[in-house]
Amino acid sequence: MSPPADDRLLPRPTEDSRPFWDALRSHRLDLQTCADCGAVRHYPRPVCPACHSMAVAWTTASGRGAVHSWTVSHQAFHPAFEDRLPIVLATVDLEEGVRMNCRLDGVAPEEIDIGLPVEVAFEDVGEGMTLPCFRPRGVRRGGS
Amino acid sequence: MALGYHRPPDIMATLKETCCVTGVGETAYTRGSDKSPVALQMEASLAAIADAGLSPRDIDGVIPFSTGTAVAEDFITNFGIEDLRYSVTAPMGGASCVAAIQSAAAAVAAGIATHVLLPMGRRGYSGPRAAARVAAFPQFRIVGEFEMPAGAVAPVQLYAPMARRHMALYGTTSRQFAEVAVTTREHAILNGNAVMTKPITVEDHQRSRMISDPFRLFDCSVESDGGAAVVISGAERARDMRRRPVYVMGVAEGHPDSPSAITQRPDLTVLGLAKAAPRAFRMAGVGLDDIDVAQIYDCFTYTVLCQIEDMGFCAKGEGGAFVEDGALGLGGRLPTNTHGGLLSQSHMAGMNHVVELARQLRGDGDDAQVPDAEIGLVTGYGDMGDGSIAIMRR
Ligand SMILES: [Zn+2]
Repeated sequence: MSPPADDRLLPRPTEDSRPFWDALRSHRLDLQTCADCGAVRHYPRPVCPACHSMAVAWTTASGRGAVHSWTVSHQAFHPAFEDRLPIVLATVDLEEGVRMNCRLDGVAPEEIDIGLPVEVAFEDVGEGMTLPCFRPRGVRRGGS
Repeated sequence: MALGYHRPPDIMATLKETCCVTGVGETAYTRGSDKSPVALQMEASLAAIADAGLSPRDIDGVIPFSTGTAVAEDFITNFGIEDLRYSVTAPMGGASCVAAIQSAAAAVAAGIATHVLLPMGRRGYSGPRAAARVAAFPQFRIVGEFEMPAGAVAPVQLYAPMARRHMALYGTTSRQFAEVAVTTREHAILNGNAVMTKPITVEDHQRSRMISDPFRLFDCSVESDGGAAVVISGAERARDMRRRPVYVMGVAEGHPDSPSAITQRPDLTVLGLAKAAPRAFRMAGVGLDDIDVAQIYDCFTYTVLCQIEDMGFCAKGEGGAFVEDGALGLGGRLPTNTHGGLLSQSHMAGMNHVVELARQLRGDGDDAQVPDAEIGLVTGYGDMGDGSIAIMRR
């Protein structure tokens, strides 16, 4: 019936989203952009909701953003996350005007607030996949 | 994003009072069951059909729960229905049960079917839990690709940022969420068929385990096993049926901005119900002040106060204050979830809310009866914020 539990953890790129995941593997955050009107859209989809063009381009984002909202999860709901609790999941406003929902590392839960400046980081998770995550801006990547 | 789109005129006004709830049924609600999910739905459906005074073979339309385990074929083969004339689903998660009323009303008004069965049932406690269930939903595809890999696996984790933002913008507090949990539990205790039967206080809520901040254990609905079903019949036929008909005055569904990902929604604190409710009230021809009793989808405490705002009972941001001081209790400003809701009776995806609204308007509310309840509403909330609402009268 349902796929093996671990299968659900890795993204399954589609024809519409593959460039996004390919860029992440190179530690680059690329966003889908309308080749006709220039509107940035996320998550990837085949049609521009602003002008209905299907002509797609990809532009590299600054990686900078700010916390729009968040949750601190104390229950994993999947074995893969049990040794990482608590997990901070942040909804991030990117400078390009779209949002992402990613893990936020390197900050104490009580220090999170709306508007906290963050920047993207990259986590290689195997099988050729890299997940985006965020850190408070100004905190250097590396270490644990 | 402005699309230069012109809203169509209000074409649904013709559905006003074209159909009625004519039968309701439930199984016992439990945590643990040795019955199959299909059997639970059949048991609840047979109870609803008997309540309507019909034979199972009289059912000529069925709207199976969209992400459930029984399909139309199961009802044909179990009931020996010779000529089922209508079957669709309303794929809106927890908004499906009330959205299905709109579809049933349309089918009945168009003469396609006469008696439409709306069944729901599952082993939500002893079968797969919510986090495992939703991962397989096609409407969770986007979140499955872009958010679940980060650890946002369960609805509680996906919905928590809506509540957290509401708290940050408007000063809404966890103690206000607790008011919803405490009042709903009081109602469950009055109901003879509820999973949670121990009284709780605001302090108990505040001490309950944090699941995904700001949601504590007592902010979450109870996974449970059981079934609930209703029969929707044409208004003409309903007048001569076994039970006093409950008329559907207005019904609508609404899809939020960015319906497949909460993350991209312009305003995280607005749900699809904000679009549906004005249409349903216009169709019904009544106002908020006319509502005597409300069954509001309560997968989480916050979801109740957010919907109260989205329907207009108070302004956006004032839901926390609205639910204080027993406003949702019997005798309060808006008696809500008089059966104990998903929070304390059972998580039947809101079909138990439809059942309870019909009971209240029939005067069958027993110890939780709202005196002289004439008009009430029931809402649904599902997936990433889909909404639905039905306004009914006795
Ligand atoms: Zn465009």
